[in-house]
Amino acid sequence: MSCPLPSDGRDRITLAHGSGGRLTRRLVEEIFAPAFDNALLAPLCDAAVWTEHAGRLAFTTDAYVVSPLVFPGGDIGHLAVCGTVNDLAMMGARPKHLSAAFVLEEGLPLAVLKDLVRSMAACAREAGVAIVTGDTKVVERGKGDGLYVTTAGVGVCATATPLGPSMIADGDVVIVNGDLGRHGMAIMAHRAGLEFDEPLLSDVACLHEPVLALIEAGIPLHCLRDLTRGGLATAIVELAQASARGVVVDGGAIVVSRPVAAACDLLGLDPLYVANEGRFVACVPASAADAALAVLHAHPLAREARVVGRVGGVTPGWAVLETPYGTRQKLDLLSGDQLPRIC
Amino acid sequence: MCLAVPGRILDKRADAIATWLARVDFDGVIKEVSLAFVPEAEVGDHVLIHAGFAIAVLSAEEAAATLAEFAALAAGAR
Amino acid sequence: MSNAPYRDPGIVRALAQAIAARMTRPWSVMEICGGQTHAILKYGLDQLLPKELTLIHGPGCPVCVTPAEAIDFAVALAARPDVVLCTYADMLRVPGTSQALLDARAAGGDVRMVYSPLEAVTIAREHPAREIVLFAIGFETTAPGNAQAILSAASAGLANFAAIVAQVTVPAALDALLDDPRQRIDGLLAAGHVCTVTGYDEYHALAARHATPIVVTGFEPVDLLRGLQRCVELLEAGRAEVANCYERYVSEHGNAAARALLSRVFAPADMGWRGLGTIPASGYRIREEFAAFDAWRKFVPGSSLPRSDAGECLAGEVLRGLKKPNECPAFGTRCTPAQPLGAPMVSGEGACAAYFRYRPPAAA
Repeated sequence: MSCPLPSDGRDRITLAHGSGGRLTRRLVEEIFAPAFDNALLAPLCDAAVWTEHAGRLAFTTDAYVVSPLVFPGGDIGHLAVCGTVNDLAMMGARPKHLSAAFVLEEGLPLAVLKDLVRSMAACAREAGVAIVTGDTKVVERGKGDGLYVTTAGVGVCATATPLGPSMIADGDVVIVNGDLGRHGMAIMAHRAGLEFDEPLLSDVACLHEPVLALIEAGIPLHCLRDLTRGGLATAIVELAQASARGVVVDGGAIVVSRPVAAACDLLGLDPLYVANEGRFVACVPASAADAALAVLHAHPLAREARVVGRVGGVTPGWAVLETPYGTRQKLDLLSGDQLPRIC
Repeated sequence: MCLAVPGRILDKRADAIATWLARVDFDGVIKEVSLAFVPEAEVGDHVLIHAGFAIAVLSAEEAAATLAEFAALAAGAR
Repeated sequence: MSNAPYRDPGIVRALAQAIAARMTRPWSVMEICGGQTHAILKYGLDQLLPKELTLIHGPGCPVCVTPAEAIDFAVALAARPDVVLCTYADMLRVPGTSQALLDARAAGGDVRMVYSPLEAVTIAREHPAREIVLFAIGFETTAPGNAQAILSAASAGLANFAAIVAQVTVPAALDALLDDPRQRIDGLLAAGHVCTVTGYDEYHALAARHATPIVVTGFEPVDLLRGLQRCVELLEAGRAEVANCYERYVSEHGNAAARALLSRVFAPADMGWRGLGTIPASGYRIREEFAAFDAWRKFVPGSSLPRSDAGECLAGEVLRGLKKPNECPAFGTRCTPAQPLGAPMVSGEGACAAYFRYRPPAAA
């Protein structure tokens, strides 16, 4: 295969769409630019340029390779915006501008691309961020799962001091903004052919608003971490190790919804390790816990926020779970993805 | 070995080779499983599922007896 | 009917107290099934028991004991472009002699995870030009489903379906374990889900021969404590009997339909257990009537069942319960889940992996 098909690519992505010529231009002008629609993107130059006031900036990037592209409760477009917005939010930054680089598989229906781009645009608009620059490449059929997207994001830090694991102190509480395991199980259950009496939807969401609310209310935040792959347990283990503090998680305080719990039981998975895309943990001094919860409870994405753990009381660097039986279980990182089991 | 999970039969149908398939409700999650080894199981019965097959039907009497034992134990422990 | 009553912490506590009250001397009890080991360690149930009750973790982890040769065979078949290799997810990461099925997939093999063995039959029906191979591992809980897959393929007249049968059976392995003069097992907790299929009629002779009580036990915390309590009672009373503490699912003779299908499709055969060596009549071979579905014969004409690993690997003593995982010199240092030396550290149900994950932390 040496030269792309000379079709005009009416309803599917072809290699020609990635070659930088007329068809690429058409994609940008007909799909990306109208959807993302903002002044910084409009010139369609090699880079977006703007002036930023002095202050700390946060900058992050993530690649999104989820399959299926559309899942119960969201799609890769949502994930690509929320994931990057959330990484910025976890640094206490107000997200501002995103880039979006697409790798499209030859044969991807244009209708699918349009829907996903619209989804991204809507998510970005709602989050108050602009997608200001981007790129498109096309790979041969069979070399991609339809569509991969990488977003990078810039935000402006809104806290006086930087957040991070080094700020975590003994006596801090660990707050999570809601129940666990919705995203991972929504995807896993879809793949396993499970039906639900109440549909199980991914919790994918942008979390910057509840975070900024905490900052604006003057809550002394020490560290924030969003829960993604590896779930709550992985995030807590990473924080414990990075901060060299011990963390004790109260198993009784963890909330797992009925459909997630049932699906986990069925597939032999531990909800503590299942992916989330709309949940974060906040480490704050114990004295600020009530105030933090009050701020969070006022926000739709954090109505079920609760304290699920405390820092200290166990070997530094260790994360342990207090079980309902009064025993302790050491939490650790998994060696790979959690897979359903029959044993 | 063996991860097996209890669920309640919602409906039954025969498959191509004349064994029974059933939709089973696992506390709100519904999955189709094979009843090849418990052909006598009926809609409403609780079955134990392993790797897509029902391997046992819950004995309601035995479960009740076990739970009664727990209740006595809990009462005695107070 | 959920499992909630069988997870009740109050009942667990009461049972633990009852066990402590009943014990007058030290006892060692082996739980056979990897799932039971996993539950005990995950919930720290052993921490609730008196120190004089020692729990020994048994070899009931089919992923750990599936012979390396069987995995190697599956990996080799997966590399063929015409083959679709269907496996339970548990087996994906376990290395054979060097490679695991996940490596085969990374190298381009069509390796697919199935939840039920019947999915492999469906794939065979939908892809007549491909050769579908089911990696049929497991104990007697899983064997009937694997047999049903073979029967379904036979009924549908499929020429493109075969199974690598590498299943293991419990009673002969128990016999061999208990015969080992190094053993210190006083009592056994039998695997509840295996017994839903097999029943426990074969265990009476075992219990008598080895003067060891055997209690059929479930997997939830309350079930486990209940089984332990019964076992302690029998030990204290000097009664080497079989008892059933999983009455809601297990009967003396098990599941007749499943047992009948097992006899129809499989015959007992000697089997190599990874880490333990060959144990007579502890596995299955496919009967002549279904020979066309035997992957060993289909793809390697003239071959026979997998032999055991030559010699024992580090896992041998752990699988027999002679050593706890944390008594192995390599545990946690040269052997970790990220760099495992043997199957019990790779498999999620393996005793070594369970110990690595859940070993009790020191209080600060």
